[in-house]
Amino acid sequence: MTKPNMSLKKNPMPSQEPEVRAHNFDEVATGYTEEMALDEALRCLSCKNMPCVAGCPVNIHIPEFIAKIKEGDFEGAYQIISKTSSLPAVCGRVCPQESQCEAKCVRGIKGEPVGIGRLERFVADWHNAHSTEAPAVAPANGHRVAIVGSGPSGLTCAGDLAKKGYKVTVYEALHTAGGVLVYGIPEFRLPKAIVQKEVDNLIAMGVDVETNIVIGKTLTIDELFEQGFEAVFVGSGAGLPNFMGIPGESYKGVYSANEYLTRSNLMKSFRECPVTPIMKGGKVAVVGGGNVAMDAARTALRLGAEKVYIVYRRSLEELPARREEVEHAMEEGIEFKLLNNPVEIIGYNNPEDRRDPKNGFVTGMKCIRMELGEPDEKGRRRPVPVEGSEFTLDVDTVIIAIGTSPNPLIKSTTKGLEVNRKGGIVVEEATGATSREGVYAGGDAVTGAATVISAMGAGKAAAAAIDEYLSNK
Amino acid sequence: MYRIVQKKSLNPTVTLMEIEAPLVAKKAEPGQFIILRVDAEGERIPLTIADYDREKGTVTIIFQIVGATTEKLNHKAEGEFIQDFVGPLGVATHTEGLRKVCIVGGGVGCAIALPIAKKLHEQGCEVTSVIGFRSKDLLILEDEFNACSDRLFVMTDDGSYGRHGNVCVPLEEMFAQGEKFDQVITIGPLIMMKFVVAATRPTGIPCVVSMNPIMIDGTGMCGGCRLTLNRDGEKITKFACVDGPDFNGYEVDFDEAMSRGMMYKDFERHAHEETCNLFAKEVK
Repeated sequence: MTKPNMSLKKNPMPSQEPEVRAHNFDEVATGYTEEMALDEALRCLSCKNMPCVAGCPVNIHIPEFIAKIKEGDFEGAYQIISKTSSLPAVCGRVCPQESQCEAKCVRGIKGEPVGIGRLERFVADWHNAHSTEAPAVAPANGHRVAIVGSGPSGLTCAGDLAKKGYKVTVYEALHTAGGVLVYGIPEFRLPKAIVQKEVDNLIAMGVDVETNIVIGKTLTIDELFEQGFEAVFVGSGAGLPNFMGIPGESYKGVYSANEYLTRSNLMKSFRECPVTPIMKGGKVAVVGGGNVAMDAARTALRLGAEKVYIVYRRSLEELPARREEVEHAMEEGIEFKLLNNPVEIIGYNNPEDRRDPKNGFVTGMKCIRMELGEPDEKGRRRPVPVEGSEFTLDVDTVIIAIGTSPNPLIKSTTKGLEVNRKGGIVVEEATGATSREGVYAGGDAVTGAATVISAMGAGKAAAAAIDEYLSNK
Repeated sequence: MYRIVQKKSLNPTVTLMEIEAPLVAKKAEPGQFIILRVDAEGERIPLTIADYDREKGTVTIIFQIVGATTEKLNHKAEGEFIQDFVGPLGVATHTEGLRKVCIVGGGVGCAIALPIAKKLHEQGCEVTSVIGFRSKDLLILEDEFNACSDRLFVMTDDGSYGRHGNVCVPLEEMFAQGEKFDQVITIGPLIMMKFVVAATRPTGIPCVVSMNPIMIDGTGMCGGCRLTLNRDGEKITKFACVDGPDFNGYEVDFDEAMSRGMMYKDFERHAHEETCNLFAKEVK
């Protein structure tokens, strides 16, 4: 065995320079070379008790796949990852590894943990570039399962069930499969060709993907059972965007992050001559501090904004976005207006001329400064407004990224499906089982806005539970 | 892909298309809408369902050629295909228990009003229809409305056909004569609906309006179609795609809806011109 690499630092991720990438939609991080991957793999100590695996929501056999990298067997490494993960190229890019597998890594006690996410991405990209072999198709077991939604939870559930021989049909409301991976996460963080490759992979495994079908409208869950499906997994994702409830949110130039990102990512408004319009350029304020807010801010910058602000009511410490995304945003020149809270959006109004084309467009956002007060029940210090500290930020576009509420379409058309006060589907956590027999759910439809990997974990758990349910039926 | 089974020009700017979409046809109800994309690079546009045939598995849409996408759609021939067609979306118009209704349609909005009038007529409801157009050459669906209305008023703004004046003229006359309805349902340009609501308000008759704001996904995800309702002195945000498209007309903030509808006016005008130029070049 080669000697371990005892460097305290991870091999840095090669990336486009901030001043270059701020003006294009190409992927920011360009990925490890084979040499970097080998060098980084040697940092793994192959611990017997594998603490990293416990930190992974889908329990990827991390030391095992890293061992294969050390041997230079990249395809072998891929095969190990794909035993438990259906979307390695996606996870390697968007998982918050720093709070999951890497947080548990022994090397992190003194120095930086092993770059598990970077290695995972390397292996998945290597496979996509080099492997021509079609994925194995499991012998059919004769059972049919329907999946509602083709986002991370649905694709994971579909993949796991297909590997066990189930005949799976995935229903997608939009015209392209991928859910939030396609409409939400921007190209520069997750190229759409990679998502398409993962979807094509599932199709090659025998999964049917039906786009343009809204479950709850075109077909109901009851009709899916009538059609012969024996179990249904609902991974319909996040729903309607939340707004702040402050004056001026209907002015032209105020977007929800969902709308802004959907226009740019799914509808390709970022192209030079787009078919779907989006407001480009000018000054942009993004309200919120999560990953979605970072995505919206960085998209605005790339669409040509001269100035982009993140307006967040707490401090940097409480900012919920991944550190890496925050750092990337800062490097690219996005200004963080921390401890500030919007109180009103101001629009143009020409009282002399009601037909003035500028009427009703955003001209600014009034904010108030905040300070951190006593901790709340979660231990986060509650922000309180500083009286008399209002000021107006000069902006033309406001993007509101403060979360979503579950989509109402499925609960309103499915009898006997229990939902909680906020509208999320109630499930048994370990299995995803809902109050309806044979109906399972997971991802944002259950939890409200969360991460790709937690949705994948839920899809995985539900797939195991569905397998058990149908095997014993 | 969805096949165009039938295509018919209703007037120089309004086209009818019957599209093969069995799953949508099976569920469609008056008042609901679909979202379509003409081609693989196209934008998503919402269009309200004008008719459906559950046996044939077809859904009829009637659209006005106003922008790049409707221009492209209009260039598709019978037998050709459109890329995406999803629905039925939105909540169907409530018709249950209504016994005497006045339907007020304006322009291409009449295409949406028609299936509601038909359904009410089939339920045995007494239907009074008022349909209005700018001029005679823009008139559509007169015979169809005649067939399902107990009374029909055809109005033109310039007096070139039917009665001279806007749709509020006969409506106000009926109200002045003490005529009562269980409900007034109005579908058409925002400004027309705003006036119909204003004309109906003094009577206290419930007035339902059908909103058609800018939408992207149409399934309750993007929030672009939001509108403001004023209910009991409180402002409430609603989403036309999942809460509507029908709303209580007395609550809708029409001025805001009109302003929001104009957001991309310059872009749309430009895109439409470009598309027309492209088609003109092709012809040459």
